[in-house]
Amino acid sequence: MCGIAGLIHRGKTSNVGKELQDMLQALKHRGPDSTGYALYANNDGQNFIMRFKVGENVGEGSTSVNEDESVYDERKKLVNQKLSDLGASIVKEEKLTPYSYRYEIKFDKDLMDFSKAIESIESVEILSIGKSLELIKDLGDATAVSERYGLSKVQGTHGIGHARMATESGVDIKSAHPFWGYPFADVSVVHNGQLTNYWNNRRVLENKGMRFMSECDSELIAVFLAEKMRNGATLEEGMKQSLTGLDGVFTYFVATKDSLGMAKDTMAAKPLVLYESDDLVAMGSEEIAIRSILPQEIDTYDPFDGEVKVWQI
Amino acid sequence: MANLKPDTKKTKAQSMGMHTEVLTGKTQQKFFNPDEAENFFYWGTYDVDFNKRTELDVKDMDCKLANEKIDRLMSEGYGTIVIKNPQGKHSLGVGILNKLNLIFEGSLGYFGVGSIDGPIVTVKGRVGWSCAENMMAGKVVIEKNAGSCFGAAIRGGDLICKGSVGARTGIDQKGGSIIVGGDAGAFTGFMMQRGRIVILGDVGINLGDSMYDGTIYVGGKIGSFGSDAVEAPMTKNDIEWLTRKLKVAEIGSNIDLSKMTKIVSGKKLWNYDALEPTEKKGAI
Repeated sequence: MCGIAGLIHRGKTSNVGKELQDMLQALKHRGPDSTGYALYANNDGQNFIMRFKVGENVGEGSTSVNEDESVYDERKKLVNQKLSDLGASIVKEEKLTPYSYRYEIKFDKDLMDFSKAIESIESVEILSIGKSLELIKDLGDATAVSERYGLSKVQGTHGIGHARMATESGVDIKSAHPFWGYPFADVSVVHNGQLTNYWNNRRVLENKGMRFMSECDSELIAVFLAEKMRNGATLEEGMKQSLTGLDGVFTYFVATKDSLGMAKDTMAAKPLVLYESDDLVAMGSEEIAIRSILPQEIDTYDPFDGEVKVWQI
Repeated sequence: MANLKPDTKKTKAQSMGMHTEVLTGKTQQKFFNPDEAENFFYWGTYDVDFNKRTELDVKDMDCKLANEKIDRLMSEGYGTIVIKNPQGKHSLGVGILNKLNLIFEGSLGYFGVGSIDGPIVTVKGRVGWSCAENMMAGKVVIEKNAGSCFGAAIRGGDLICKGSVGARTGIDQKGGSIIVGGDAGAFTGFMMQRGRIVILGDVGINLGDSMYDGTIYVGGKIGSFGSDAVEAPMTKNDIEWLTRKLKVAEIGSNIDLSKMTKIVSGKKLWNYDALEPTEKKGAI
């Protein structure tokens, strides 16, 4: 069934890494297979942060094929070569796990061409590119993933996250949420539900040059929104178009460098509880996610069917 | 294997309206002898004293432990139980089958106070999806908002939300009353079969979709009618009933009841009235 959570602090920063970890851990029963975070951190905004993987986590119930780790190093060398060829310079390089990296890079050209070139290397996937977005996803529950990547101290303004129960695709990182809104910097999406016109939309979008990295239906939302924005729609306009363009049942969150949005399908078949105050918006599939960071008595509500909301930091 | 032969012996239960029918491929038999009623009791019910009051802090308990504690307190005769720090936990206060004054000082998660038969419940916060599902009798008052499937399949009692409710309120409702002070989402009264729903605010799309029977009253705007739902004229009896019920619910005193919209089923479901005679439905 999956669980989603999101929060945005308005006018201040907070320990969003730990807050989102607590919210997602409270939703573990909704999705124990993998956990993902899209954190909007207090980076200096000068360089792009690129998070990418060169292989899969083959432990923890993964459905991925085991590979010799030496191929990971080879792929990483190819990534560095591609970056050099593209005119990008690496400011900082961090190896987070044997299969995932965080690079800080200087680059000022088209991100779509850039991404296509990097992902032309076998099994290399860019998880995110952005100047504040830090997208981390891996197998395991919220605490395990947070500890593995050192997320509990991340300061920032907002974030979204996902606890996944794999249903229509494998237990692997490529099918885990959040999905990056390729090729837009700092755009991420998490989803709870099932989309029933995935293949119809995918064929149309691929013909328009958009890219899919998994067979997870939720990835469609990120690609759908990215294509709308690429053609001039605002985030909110794209989200409203998704209510009719996407078929099935869904509640999803989308985040950009300065905003957080939610959309709920016209059947209102997937749950969402929302808390909103002047300085904080917190939402999740269940109220216990919000209570994990706001234990005091608060007013919450369920957004209605077909509702779209966007908040700014 | 079900016995498909008609039972020709007229029992006291049958003379009161209960009946055995032989249908193609299935049997509708009611096994109830009123002479045995005095021997009938619910397992796990208690004789409690409303004046005996206690508090229970469930902050560090899971729902199973909290419900066991409530059961233990009822077995000790406590008739008024105040639950502190429910903090959105799921399935609290379920399966209570006796009189009880149960007060939650906070919010409940999913399936709160489900399958109850008799208690008076007050929730001072909000409730998540499927509050009071399958409620048979009693009164439940939610002071703030409620999630989707509010009062799913209730058979009786009064379920009141002073705030707004989500989608599919009263889905599969089979009796009782659901009263909402605010707005309601899509598919309100979806497949309802009996009972009444009152929404004082606006209501979303597909109101009363596929309803068999029952009545829905709406004070505000209606997004759209669902299949089978039609508007019916408000009668004096409707206004009298609404006046009485809203007084019990302690909301809507400023509403002009004559201007509410009444919605009923526009279709007669095949064989429905044969299974549930109209005069019998009116008794609930």
